[in-house]
Formats: sequence, C-alpha cells, structure tokens
Amino acid sequence: MNTLPPTDRQLIDFVLDEAALLDEQRWGDWLALFTEDGRYWMPLAHGQTDPRLHASLLYEDRLLLQVRIERLRGARTFSQQPASRCHHLLQTPRVMARDDAAGTYTCRTAFHYIETRQDEQTLYAGWASHELVWLGNGQGDGALRMRLKRVDLVNCDAAFGNMQLFM
Amino acid sequence: MSAMSEYRDNPAAIRALVRDTEVHKDCYIHPEVFALEMEQLFANTWIYVGHASQVPQPGDYFATTVGDQPVVMVRHTDQSIKVLYNRCAHKGVKVAPDGCGSTGKFFRCPYHAWTYRTDGKLLSIPLKKGYENTGLESCEAGKGLAAVGAVQVYRDFVFCRLNPEGMGFEEFFGPSLSTLDNMVDRSPEGRLEVAGGVMRYMHRCNWKMLVDNQTDTCHPMVAHESSAGTAVKVWENAPEGTPKPMAVELFAPFVNPYEFFENMGIRVWPNGHGHTGVSDSIHAAYSPAPGYWESMVATYGEERAKDILGDVRHNTVYFPNIMVKGPIQTLRIFRPLAADRTLVESWTFRLVGAPDLLLERTLMYNRLVNAPTSVVGHDDLEMYERAQQGLASRGSQWVNVGRLFDPAEKAQEDAQAGAVTNGTNEWQMRSQMRAWVRFMTAGMREGAEA
Repeated sequence: MNTLPPTDRQLIDFVLDEAALLDEQRWGDWLALFTEDGRYWMPLAHGQTDPRLHASLLYEDRLLLQVRIERLRGARTFSQQPASRCHHLLQTPRVMARDDAAGTYTCRTAFHYIETRQDEQTLYAGWASHELVWLGNGQGDGALRMRLKRVDLVNCDAAFGNMQLFM
Repeated sequence: MSAMSEYRDNPAAIRALVRDTEVHKDCYIHPEVFALEMEQLFANTWIYVGHASQVPQPGDYFATTVGDQPVVMVRHTDQSIKVLYNRCAHKGVKVAPDGCGSTGKFFRCPYHAWTYRTDGKLLSIPLKKGYENTGLESCEAGKGLAAVGAVQVYRDFVFCRLNPEGMGFEEFFGPSLSTLDNMVDRSPEGRLEVAGGVMRYMHRCNWKMLVDNQTDTCHPMVAHESSAGTAVKVWENAPEGTPKPMAVELFAPFVNPYEFFENMGIRVWPNGHGHTGVSDSIHAAYSPAPGYWESMVATYGEERAKDILGDVRHNTVYFPNIMVKGPIQTLRIFRPLAADRTLVESWTFRLVGAPDLLLERTLMYNRLVNAPTSVVGHDDLEMYERAQQGLASRGSQWVNVGRLFDPAEKAQEDAQAGAVTNGTNEWQMRSQMRAWVRFMTAGMREGAEA
C-alpha cells in the first residue's frame, strides 16, 4: 500500500505507462486505469469547454469504451480486418496541478501519434491532459486512476478519415 | 473517340448507364462522369447551401461549395439572402474565406481591394481611372460577383440552383418538403438554429454510395453487428436496475431484425427524393425529455403536437446530396470532391425553445454514428472504400439495385403524394438514378455525339 502521495516522477510514469498500454494493445489493462466515472474526451473545437452541447470527436464513459474494446476483438469487425496498430511518441509530461489533500493531479503531455493500417500511416499531433486521482489515504489501493483523459489535436476541426484506436 | 470524351455531349451514353435494376460502375468510378455531374447534375438541381441562422445580421456570410463551385451565402442589407460565386471578378481570388464571418457593408478582395456590395454589384476599384476606355463595363469583370441562377429560402433552409433556367423549387421538391416542415415544427417556437459545430468526415469513395446507403435498410444488422450488436451485449451484462444509458438507446435499434426494417416502410417521391421510416423507425422509442411535451402542447395543442412528434421518419434523402433526420435534428451533406473522394458534413440543429437534453441527444447521436471516430462510421466507410476498389473489377460492369423491383413503379413514383412500399425495397435507389439521368442530360444537346 502506497501511503505517501505520488511524486512528480510517479505521475509522469503513469502517463508514459498509459501510452505504452495502448501501443501494446492491452485494452483491458488500459480501461482499468479509469475511475468508475472516468471519461475519455476528444474535443472537436480548439479550446472547447463544453462536451455536452458542442460536438466532440469522442466523449465516452466506461461503458462506451468497453464497447469499443470488445468491438476491436470481434469476428465481424470489418474495419479491423486487417487490424490497425498505433504508436505514441510523448514529450516529458508536465505536472500542471497537484492537490495532495484532495488527491487530484493534472498532467499535460505533448504527443505525436501514429495510427497505421495496411499501407496507410497517419500522423496526428496534439496534447493529452490527464486528470488523475490518487486512491490513497485509506480510500483505495494507493494507485493512480484517470478521471479524465482529454486529447486535444492541434487540427481538431480538420476533416479526418477513420480514427480507430485510442490516442 | 478518346476515353475522356465517352460521355460528354452524349446523352445516349449517359442514359445507357442506368437500367431498370442495374447501375453501371462508371457512375461511381469514371472521372468524366464525375466532371459531368458537377457541370450538369449539380447545376440543374436545387442544392442545399446553408441555414439562415448562420447569417443572422446583414453582412454575415457563410462561404462553402455547391458541387465543385465555391459560393458565399450572405445576408444583404435588405435582409434577403444572396448566394454569389465566391470569386473576385478581377483575378479570381475567393473574396470570403471558408466558413462563417461578417463582412460588414461590402466584400473587399484581400488581393487588390476591389469591393462589392453584398448583392455582388461592383462598388469600387482603387485607381479606377486606369480602367477608363478599357471596356471594363462591358466585360465580365465589370459585372461584379456573379450570382447563382436562383435562390430559395424554405423555412430558413437555403437552397440554390446554379443554372438560371430549370425546374422550379416547388416542383423539384414537392411533398418531400414535409420532412423539413416536421423538423422545424418540432421546435415549440417553430424555429431551428445551427448548433454544436459541424462534424466532418473524409471518405475515399463516390458520393452516391453514401446517398444510396441512407435508405439501405438491409445493411445495418450486417455491417453494424460489431458496433451496435456489441453495445447491446455489453449492456446486457450491466447490473440489474441500471438505468438504460442514452448511448444504448441510440445504438440498439441498428441491430433490429429485418422484419423491423421491412415494416417501417419507404416513401418514394418524384425527382429522386424519398425517406425510410414511414410508420416506425429507429428514432421512434427515445425517452421523453422533461418539459418538452408540455411546451409543444402549449404551442400546437395536444392533437397537432402528437402528430408532429409521432412522425418519426428515419432518413430523408433530398436528391442529389443531402439527408435529413427530423426526429434527431441532423442534416448531412455528401460533398463530392472527386469520383473517389467525398467529404461528409453532419450539421446539427437546436430546436429553439426545447430542452437542452434534445440537443445533447442529437450531438451524442452525431458523435456515435457520424464521426470519424464512430464505430458505426468505421464499418460503413470500410464498405464504401472496399466497394470503390471492388468496382474497378472488369469481372462485372453493373451494380444491382433490383430488390423488390416492379415495372409499374416508374409511373407511380411520379405521383405527387409519393408511393409507400416495403422498407427493404431498393426502389428509392432506382428512383434516385432515374432522376440522375434526367438532370444529367437536361442540358445536353441530343445527337451531338454523331
């Protein structure tokens, strides 16, 4: 049990490990990093503040993320025959906010992300914001979880083709 | 005859591409057919430009495209809406940048500062003296920004016909306008506003594959098994008593059985318009939004409110290239970019005076179904792109659209009230292609190929 609040290094490692799980396609382990009320959000507009009354590329709770993951494994998931692969290249995450008393932390990480399928390779660039919760102080197992992963693409409002995996 | 002049000025060759139950692959893959669609089909028909709520004040503009033509829709000083070619009369520069903005009292070209009133008339040219005795007044440049052939605003939806001559708006759309009526009437104030941003999705396929798909009711249970089917399965494992999430309510009907789609019916109108969901649809069973029914009754009375909300049309195709979903307040534009390239724009509307929850549902539907991240969209696009590649095959020349064909239908589809049929009939696709031939050849000279 981890009884001390996470260090900056531990927050940074969380973000790096999270991206590694996606690159290794360990979807179930990745989903387990979210809190029960966790969300994955990809805004459609630059500087978007409202996920509800403005369109987003993604705004998914665990149920929808679960559907996505199950679908990737499905026998009749035609857009994944053959399957896609992805690659994250992260800048060192910056710890933007820390509240040890509340156990909440925010990291922001510039990234380049590549999604590839057959002969096509597409490069996306943006920033990932992680709102993390520390389940210490007797509230949990002392681990970090994501309450929100927000992915802001530098060209969030461009017309894209299929984006099938997770940035 | 060179390969690139197979169809130009050859109406007989165009007609030969469409049989009773078959469509030739060239309609989807041939660059010359695509070029003629831009010159003929998209000039002879009424094309959706934008919505009046995008240009509320004089000087407000929305720069977009009609077919392959850059246009700008602008609110003029007299409050009327003009649609002009977005091309400076001088060197051809687009005077308005793409998207929405305000230009004030006039457009000013950013290259040489020629200015134009918002009805297109040339207002001023710097150092105008230099054009004295050059014949400017009698050449094209002196006429200002050219206007499109005709503009019609119907309940705030702005349409234009590029050709000055051709079928009138009322005759072209006829009774199909009832779908737009229904969407607008769903607002307790009888008014819509574009809201929530536009979802844009690039497709490497022909634009007509998307139009065909809108009334293709034999694909959801097959192509969308992996998304909607999985959503239903994941939901079945949720702990008992969990309230049904909005997302599951939106996804689940995609995997309804064939009988559901057969029974919901299709209505076919003249000129290539038609809709699925005559008596039922995948949008019929959404949970009510608190307070909405009461405000509808206050506006319309109980009986009329019931009629409006009971009309749950699924997809209405307005030929050639938009689809409207009244019950979910969405309008999708299939923008042709090339024979094998289409930009899909999905626009969403707020029902003015209705609870925010309805816009939230509209936006969730758009995100789950029409986004480049959509698990429904992924499989649709995979099918279109495989079809675009497959149609290159010389093993067969024809796409089949013969399901439930009846030779008598050609006479019936011209009936003004429209004809209602089995929801899995491919009649609507056949009707679209018959309209396609008509408006492709309307401006072509007969016998020019000889």
